[in-house]
Order: sequence, then C-alpha cells, then structure tokens
Amino acid sequence: MPSDPSSAADPATNHSGVTAESLAQKLKETLGASLVEIKDMSGGCGQMFEATIVSEQFTKKTTLARHRLVNSALKEEIAAIHAWTPKCFTPEQWEKRNQSS
Amino acid sequence: MSAISIFSSALRQTARPTRLLTSQLSRPTWTPSFSRLAPLQARLLSDSTKQAINQAVATSPVVLFMKGTPEAPQCGYSRASIQILGLQGVDPAKFTAFNVLEDEELRQGIKEYTNWPTIPQLYLEKEFVGGADIVMSMHQDGSLAQLLEEKKVLVPAEEESK
Repeated sequence: MPSDPSSAADPATNHSGVTAESLAQKLKETLGASLVEIKDMSGGCGQMFEATIVSEQFTKKTTLARHRLVNSALKEEIAAIHAWTPKCFTPEQWEKRNQSS
Repeated sequence: MSAISIFSSALRQTARPTRLLTSQLSRPTWTPSFSRLAPLQARLLSDSTKQAINQAVATSPVVLFMKGTPEAPQCGYSRASIQILGLQGVDPAKFTAFNVLEDEELRQGIKEYTNWPTIPQLYLEKEFVGGADIVMSMHQDGSLAQLLEEKKVLVPAEEESK
C-alpha cells in the first residue's frame, strides 16, 4: 500500500509534525548555519525544542535581531509548537565559548 | 532578609495590577466583537485589534503578555518571566500583565503585532524587549537591571529597605 506522507510523518495523532531534523535542515539552508543542534525537550509530542545555532549571519546583530532572523526562517514551524528556545552564536562566539568551557 | 522573601513579596505586589487589567480587558475599548470574527478573519491583525494592543502596551511602563496570571502562571516561560520581574524589583504600580489565555484574539494578535511567535512578551515603554529567553539572558548578564533602572520602573531603594 502506498504510504501517505502526511500520516507517515505524524505517528502520534497530536504530534505537531515538527521534528528536530526538519528544523535543523531548514536552518542550515536559510541561515547558512555552520552548526545546528536541536534538542526535542517535549518528550515525544514535538511541541518543545531547544536549539543551538551558529551562523555567520548573526554577526553584529543583537540577540533580539538574531532571534527574529531564526523565527522568520521557521515561521510556520514555530506557529505549530508550544515552546521554542533558540540560542544564537556567531562562529567566533561559539569558538570562544568552547575554549572557555 | 532572604532572597526568597524579597521575591515572594515582590511577586505578591506584581500580582496586584493584574486584577486591574482583567477589568481593563472587558472595558468597551477592548471590542467585544472579537470572538464573533470568523476564524479566517481572526488570523489577520485587524485595525481594531491593533488599536487595542496599542492601548494595552501603553497601559503601564512595563507590560507583560503572559499565559495565566502573575499569581498563577500557566506556562513555565511565563512563570520565569514574572519571577524575573519580581526579582528585579519592578514597581507594581508601573507594571501590568495581560493574560492571553483569556482572549484568543489577543493571543494571536500580539504575535503579529511584534512579529514575534511566542508568549510571554515583555514591553518597556511600548517597546518590545523580548520573549522569555531574552529576558532570562538579560537578567543574567545584568542588562535588564540596567534597562529597568534607566527607565525608572523599579521600586525606589529606600522604600524597599523598610
């Protein structure tokens, strides 16, 4: 039987349809992110994600502007989920952070 | 005096204006026709919604749109945001919280108003500051305290020490 893509991507009936993989893929494409780490904190329902994003495009932008950039890239996805926590770093910031920790 | 007791008294204080605000929401300025809009229309930020939100953000110098009330937040992020405002010592007289769960039109409208997809949302003198993560990181790096101090929205120091 041919599989219906919409039902295949939606195993639980109340799943948001958003996955960590789909979010990461889109961020890499639209923001040219060199690193995207997404944690699904929802425990299965796909409603709560925490993201670490490293992109050249964050350079010289405030936290608010960085979040806006990410949020506009993921407009539809974020509308479908409950909680979204992006953490945005430039490549330099990310390197510094990794050295210090 | 322990941090906990400062915090809980601040929280109780911040709770006060919310009741005020529930009544504000049901004032005629907040058009009652909202709930009668068709779902499709409701998705677009109508002029009346925009106007109502303009008024809402101007209610106090510090305005928080949250899920639930300061006494009973209904989302961890709203809870964290209200706790931070309490810890910072925001003057309850200069603070208003709006419960977006009481009004679906407000809940959707506020997201479009700032083009910010999540709640809570903090406004300072009508200007959008950020959501929970931004408020949290500004609280940690001290920039929130500085901003609140600049805008003179904190409880005066001599009053607090009484």
